Amino acid sequence: MNVTTHPEIAEFDALSGPAGQTRGRALQAVFWVLLIGFVLVAPFMLYPVFVMQLLCFALFACAFNLLIGFTGLLSFGHAAFFGGAAYITGYALTAWGVPPIPGILLGAVFSAALGYVVGALAIRRQGIYFAMITLALAQIVYFFALQLPFTGGENGLQGIPRGHLLGFIDLNQTLNMYYFVAAVFMVGFLIIYRIIHSPFGQVLQAIRENEPRALSLGYNTDRYKLMAFVLSATLAGVAGSTKSIVFQFASLTDAHWQMSGEVILMTLLGGLGTIFGPVVGAFIVVALQQFLSGIGSWVQVVIGATFIACVLLFRRGVVGELARWLKVDSL
Amino acid sequence: MTDTILETQDLQISFGGFMAVKNVNLKIARGTIHAIIGPNGAGKTTVFNLLTKFHTPTGGRILYNGTDITNWKPAEIANHGIVRSFQISAVFPHLTAVENVRLALQRRLGVSYHFWRSKKVLQSLDEEAIARLDQVGLKEFAHLHAVELPYGRKRALEIATTLALEPELMLLDEPTQGMGTEDVGSVTDLIRKVSKGRTIIMVEHNLGVVSKLADTITVLNRGEVLAEGPYEVVSKDPAVMEAYMGVSAEEAEA
Ligand SMILES: Nc1ncnc2c1ncn2[C@@H]1O[C@H](COP(=O)(O)OP(=O)(O)OP(=O)(O)O)[C@@H](O)[C@H]1O
Ligand SMILES: [Mg+2]
Repeated sequence: MNVTTHPEIAEFDALSGPAGQTRGRALQAVFWVLLIGFVLVAPFMLYPVFVMQLLCFALFACAFNLLIGFTGLLSFGHAAFFGGAAYITGYALTAWGVPPIPGILLGAVFSAALGYVVGALAIRRQGIYFAMITLALAQIVYFFALQLPFTGGENGLQGIPRGHLLGFIDLNQTLNMYYFVAAVFMVGFLIIYRIIHSPFGQVLQAIRENEPRALSLGYNTDRYKLMAFVLSATLAGVAGSTKSIVFQFASLTDAHWQMSGEVILMTLLGGLGTIFGPVVGAFIVVALQQFLSGIGSWVQVVIGATFIACVLLFRRGVVGELARWLKVDSL
Repeated sequence: MTDTILETQDLQISFGGFMAVKNVNLKIARGTIHAIIGPNGAGKTTVFNLLTKFHTPTGGRILYNGTDITNWKPAEIANHGIVRSFQISAVFPHLTAVENVRLALQRRLGVSYHFWRSKKVLQSLDEEAIARLDQVGLKEFAHLHAVELPYGRKRALEIATTLALEPELMLLDEPTQGMGTEDVGSVTDLIRKVSKGRTIIMVEHNLGVVSKLADTITVLNRGEVLAEGPYEVVSKDPAVMEAYMGVSAEEAEA
């Protein structure tokens, strides 16, 4: 068939095509180098606990982005997985003396199971209803975190022992702890990267782009969405578990709906559906909170203003705009 | 063996009391092109949604190759050889043309749930996907994002993707809507070309296209079948002419 060529092809700005893809790969390589370089040297330039916090939130945001950016599902309840896993890991380490890695795995298993339940109930609904169901279920989890005997109520779990890695690496040594967190982050980030670039990720993107079409091609879209939800919840749980070991406490803040809001903020600021965006977004938010902590509750105002400015100036988020500007399709 | 590939019996659906489709009885003969026409809001898209299970009928039955598929799910329908297109062009805009087609081919590799594998495994499908694109004249655009294609080519991409599933029964919802006359001509040729060896049901406003392609025409009006038969018969039916007053200009143009 011969469709006539339209000289006025809309939106044609060489975003894709072989040239754009080669440029994209080169830029991605630059970002990888920057990220790995940062992760390796950061504890010598910045306060290590602060960098560990950055990495935990960055992983949380990347996990969240898997859902909102690559599947098109807006969850407003991800604090339940982050906070829930933090409690489970904290309790396992404190009460049972479980070592750190099995402790994190327990948190991950918990958030996977919780993700399955929440996801199964929520994916039947679309858009804002989906978000509201996830929020409602997360509030139930928050309620349990407040009421259950083992969570420490208002105080949360305090004095969680960091323990020894593989029995001999003492995590009470800051640098040991740091490189352990860095490893957890890198592994989590690589898993997410692989999911995005897998046959499964390809179907997720199809669902995000046009769900009825994916359905009409024979994909059972609900099942794919549920699986994406569980994966995202699991990795969010890993982030929460790790954070509880770093700070040696698990608190209601981790499970509060504000935390669900914060992770949305991080992802949007950095760039929805980008690979590195959530990392950048998490760094911006955590850094603002840290450096502005002197001004008390005004932090929220500054973060809010930053957010509004970003939404107005860079609709696609920092990394999203950068990708657009450099004419590459994925960063 | 029956000659009827798809049959509906008293198919109906009501949206909160409004009967969008009323007692529709269709018999689609295997290997033919069957057009469904009718004024705006007649219920054509709704019939498609019922046939492909995007809506559940509030009454009636749907038989496909003699099997009752009334309570099947959309993905199941697709896996049994009924694939639809949409009234509003249905491509995956931020995937490349070749990735669009590959998504149709991917399921048979059985790796679609494999989140731990690299999508490089899908490259084994590239050759076939590009051949499919070539079939609709899109080979040179294989690595462009679908969003960057002009409208006519998006529709062609959609047809290439649908064809990649080798559907036994293909449902096309207004494949030429919004196209210039030249694109309409090439899409018409394309549909004729791909109709070999399969059955097509198409909703189409452009009566020129319908008269060229369709073996049988069903006219819907207000959710009901108004007339049915070959173009020569249906186009002379007074009831049809009345219902179609508004679009007679289109007929003249085509
Ligand atoms: N999900 C729905 N809920 C409520 N009403 C609906 C729904 N889908 C369709 N309708 C109504 O059913 C009627 C038939 O709509 P349909 O889209 O099937 O018409 P159509 O024949 O495809 O028209 P067009 O030529 O404009 O595409 C319309 O009155 C429409 O408003
Ligand atoms: Mg319609």
